[in-house]
Amino acid sequence: MSRDDERRPDPARRQVLRCMSWAGTAMIWTVAGGIPRARLVDRAEAAVPAKGFSFAQISDSHLGFDKPVNPDPTATLRAALDQVTAMPERPAFLIHTGDITHLSKPEEFDAAQQLMAGTGLTTYTVPGEHDILEDERRSYLNRYGKGTRGDGWYSFDAGGIHFIGLVNVVDLQGNGLGALGRPQLEWLEEDVRGRSASTPIVVFAHVPLWLAYENWGWGTADGAEAIGYLKRFGSVTVLNGHIHQVMQKVEGHVAFHTARSTAFPQGVPGQAKGPGPMAVPPGALRSYLGVSRVSLVETGAPLAIVDQPLEG
Amino acid sequence: MRRLFLGGLAATLLLAFAPPSRGAEAPTVTVAIDNFTFEPAVLHVAPGTTVVWVNHDDIPHSVVLGAIGVHSRTLDTDGRFEHRFDKAGTFGYICGLHPHMKGQVVVEP
Repeated sequence: MSRDDERRPDPARRQVLRCMSWAGTAMIWTVAGGIPRARLVDRAEAAVPAKGFSFAQISDSHLGFDKPVNPDPTATLRAALDQVTAMPERPAFLIHTGDITHLSKPEEFDAAQQLMAGTGLTTYTVPGEHDILEDERRSYLNRYGKGTRGDGWYSFDAGGIHFIGLVNVVDLQGNGLGALGRPQLEWLEEDVRGRSASTPIVVFAHVPLWLAYENWGWGTADGAEAIGYLKRFGSVTVLNGHIHQVMQKVEGHVAFHTARSTAFPQGVPGQAKGPGPMAVPPGALRSYLGVSRVSLVETGAPLAIVDQPLEG
Repeated sequence: MRRLFLGGLAATLLLAFAPPSRGAEAPTVTVAIDNFTFEPAVLHVAPGTTVVWVNHDDIPHSVVLGAIGVHSRTLDTDGRFEHRFDKAGTFGYICGLHPHMKGQVVVEP
């Protein structure tokens, strides 16, 4: 593992960047007129300048994973975060959509926390199923549960947007789908009650809230009910992780988007035999990993989400 | 020590009474976890058989035998979990992390 303050290119660094060609970067979201637009950070500078409010999303860093598809996810997470901090317009904060760690071990959480704190950005998280494997979820909640409800759900306002972090990995269903559960759904209904329909809403949770691929449990059993409470809002953006690849869908005013992993890509439904890690050709890693950044752009246009791989 | 010795004795006795088709082999059967599936998905064993699950995936899994309240720890790559089935019956199980992964142990005399 290279030094935390590593910045200068060297052979190890190049190796990391090679891994980055499929592993994740952050995604930068710029919100204009209530419309979040996403792009991966290394293209961000070349694309529309991020004016106004923006935040970055990273996902599925899986610290502790050590298999050949990416023996050093710490390095790829660090590279992703380096790109976030190198942005000319500093994002307001960082959202991590879960699977921060691979096995919920304290040292994995510590390493992630240290790296994310190194950006100087406040980090908002939701747990993935890999973050709550041990200790009745205490390893996660002791670090990230302060000020949250239930198993770690919460909401906050920033940049004129109402953000909602949901937890859908605690009570996985028999068909493998995630679930929010009654108490969380009731809280959500109450949380958005009385808010103006013109308030842009950003919801983030680990497992896709929509049915991305039911056979592999890539969806949330009661996700439709949650979306039902949000449908009256003019702009709703749903950010998820879990599936280690980009999938997008727009339903009315609701745009669903899953982020890449900063650690390793997973198989594509309908192509791969199973949802496990996918080995990619040497040099291709960067095109499979990602960072997203969201900015608020004052245009009044409908919600659109665009993102690109780091390379290729 | 005494308990350990008795346990060993019990195993020896069970071995002695194992069905002839099983010969003298130890009553241990392995279920491989491969590419998000249990293999074999349906396993037929005689009472007294110990079933060992071994995770060959790069992703952790677990074994949850809901009906009898048996829950493995999280099994990382090459992680193993074993449980001995003494009573006849059909025991369904799932992976606690990926509950769409399902298997069955059918224990029949």
